[in-house]
Amino acid sequence: MTFDLFMQYLTNGISLGSLYALIAIGYTMVYGILRLINFAHGEIFTMSLYFAFYGVTVFSMPWYISFAVAILMTAALGMLVERAAYKPLRESPRITIMVSAIGASFFIQNLAIVLFGGRPKAFPNVRLLTGVMQIGAVSLQRLTLIIPVVTIILLYTLLFLVHKTKTGMAMRAVSKDHETARLMGVDVNRTITITFGIGSILAAIGGIMWGAKFPQIHPVMGVMPGLKCFIAAVVGGIGNITGAVIGGFILGVGEIMLIAFLPNLTGYRDAFAFVLLIVILLIKPTGIMGEKISEKV
Amino acid sequence: MKKWLSILLVMLLVLSLGLTGCSSNAPAEAPADETPEEVADDDEVIRIGVFEPITGANAAGGALEVEGVRLANELYPEVLGKKVELVIADNKSDVVEAASAAARLVERDKVTAIIGSWGSGYSIAAGDIVRDARIPAVAASATNPLVTQGNEYYFRVCFIDPFQGTVMANYAFNNLGAKKAAIIQEVSNDYAVGLAKFFTDSFRELTSDEDSIIEVANYNTGDQDFSSQLLNISSKNPDVIFAPGNFTESALVIQQARQLGIDVPIIGGDTWETPEFIDIGQEFVEGAVFSTFFTSETPITKESEKFLDTYRSKYNREPAAVTALGYDAYILILDAITRANSTDPVAITQEIAKTQGFEGAAGIITLDVNGDAVKSAVIKTVKDGEFTYLDTIEPY
Repeated sequence: MTFDLFMQYLTNGISLGSLYALIAIGYTMVYGILRLINFAHGEIFTMSLYFAFYGVTVFSMPWYISFAVAILMTAALGMLVERAAYKPLRESPRITIMVSAIGASFFIQNLAIVLFGGRPKAFPNVRLLTGVMQIGAVSLQRLTLIIPVVTIILLYTLLFLVHKTKTGMAMRAVSKDHETARLMGVDVNRTITITFGIGSILAAIGGIMWGAKFPQIHPVMGVMPGLKCFIAAVVGGIGNITGAVIGGFILGVGEIMLIAFLPNLTGYRDAFAFVLLIVILLIKPTGIMGEKISEKV
Repeated sequence: MKKWLSILLVMLLVLSLGLTGCSSNAPAEAPADETPEEVADDDEVIRIGVFEPITGANAAGGALEVEGVRLANELYPEVLGKKVELVIADNKSDVVEAASAAARLVERDKVTAIIGSWGSGYSIAAGDIVRDARIPAVAASATNPLVTQGNEYYFRVCFIDPFQGTVMANYAFNNLGAKKAAIIQEVSNDYAVGLAKFFTDSFRELTSDEDSIIEVANYNTGDQDFSSQLLNISSKNPDVIFAPGNFTESALVIQQARQLGIDVPIIGGDTWETPEFIDIGQEFVEGAVFSTFFTSETPITKESEKFLDTYRSKYNREPAAVTALGYDAYILILDAITRANSTDPVAITQEIAKTQGFEGAAGIITLDVNGDAVKSAVIKTVKDGEFTYLDTIEPY
């Protein structure tokens, strides 16, 4: 394998990993704050693509406005799902909320089939993003480089938000203990809603870049990325934002390298994520960056 | 707040109910999950099951076939003085769902015959069910030999993959002058794997070189990233890439190949002929070449003209080959019912098996001992965003 070829595999892997990372952050943030796996996250990702698609095709908005509107609508959807499916069950056992999460996931999926139809649609092509460029012998889509840059910028913005702002402080407080945070004057419900909003915004940004890179959308397309990004979040240490990004990169680069070095195993590409999950649960159940979980008494 | 929310939720529920309600009231659309109302007057109605992917990865293919079946049903709504009712079952582009959708048609809807499915894998999954129930099934465009092999209840109105693979290998060798070929196949799809195998056999024979297939790359249904497989292929420098698979994945494969700077011809099979292939592949699929069943440019039979006229006036565009085949599957079953003069599925099966020189929209249908139609293949390409006719290849 030549150096050029290896670099091309690596850039593709990092680019795919960045997309996984953006979606994984949504899982990890919600888990951190509610100890809940938001199964509807993959569907929220799918809906962001449809919002952007209809913005461009039906309402003939320029792509940048349509994408911005789609991101805002996805955030609203994420917050609506939280209000509708999770908030009424705040005091219920965790298993009840989990069932509700699965229900929300199926509801959105089937709503999408009814509203948008089962046939795949072509995501609008944005030349500025999808154009091809040459670096030496390597031929790349511009997006391949844009995606990791966007992911890193968003990661640092988010880390700043969580660690340096009041909202972030409230989030960290709620993630430690709802009751105590409430007693200290933190509006717990508002903080949780904001968390869902931020997670959904990241899913939407990831979704739109996903659509630009792989321009095909259908109602159940969020299932596999949803599962894989959940695994990325667990591998990185669920609850930890930097961990989710690292998990996403490991998954993306791992998948691409698996195919590059062991082409015979290509059919098992999706299995790679699950094998990785099993291995990490056996070796280090808290994930790479995970904190030790101390059970509350 | 809580009240407002519950009102909103109730409205959403009502809305979604209303939406599903609307679609099941649409003309001729028999809902898959509701028992037809006319269960009581079984003697007055003949039910034909339409077994197709309506949702999922292959939905566009299924929709094209259903279009053809519906058109045929509108033109020929009756047989033996009874009304023919279509019962549409969605196999959800999934082999497990396919088996249960077929079982539902047979056991609950009590259909007399079944049409479908687009996608050989789904038809193969339904094979045992139709055989055990002794219900005839006619596939419109399932080309894998295993669909009908050893199953006297499964038939098809199209050619099979050993022929299609040979046609494309010949095209690569003779027309493109290719000596080395690479394959990228949808490994979780029986159709794609079968077609790739027949292409390989035939291409090796033509080049008299056992090593003429220099790389075989796989991907799964639903995959969206093919960059590593394509890089593996491009590092071996093939003259041509054969890429059998579903239309959406194939469109993405071609797009990503072009973006990675791979500029050799990419050729494939009949599944590519859906509008989505061009919508998703955009300018990247220009020049892609594939084999298919039928071209609307040269009507073959009287039935073709009737089909084309009705289709064009109704939809105002050119029909896809699989639409014509869906139409043919329907009229073939009706013809067999007329010949059998009975609605007994076994009697109908025997009549279908005897089909000789039947005039269908997509050509003359003569079924061989396996229940496969022996027909010519058509080669098409994408030119200026349209499927364009290149050549017709007669059966060998």
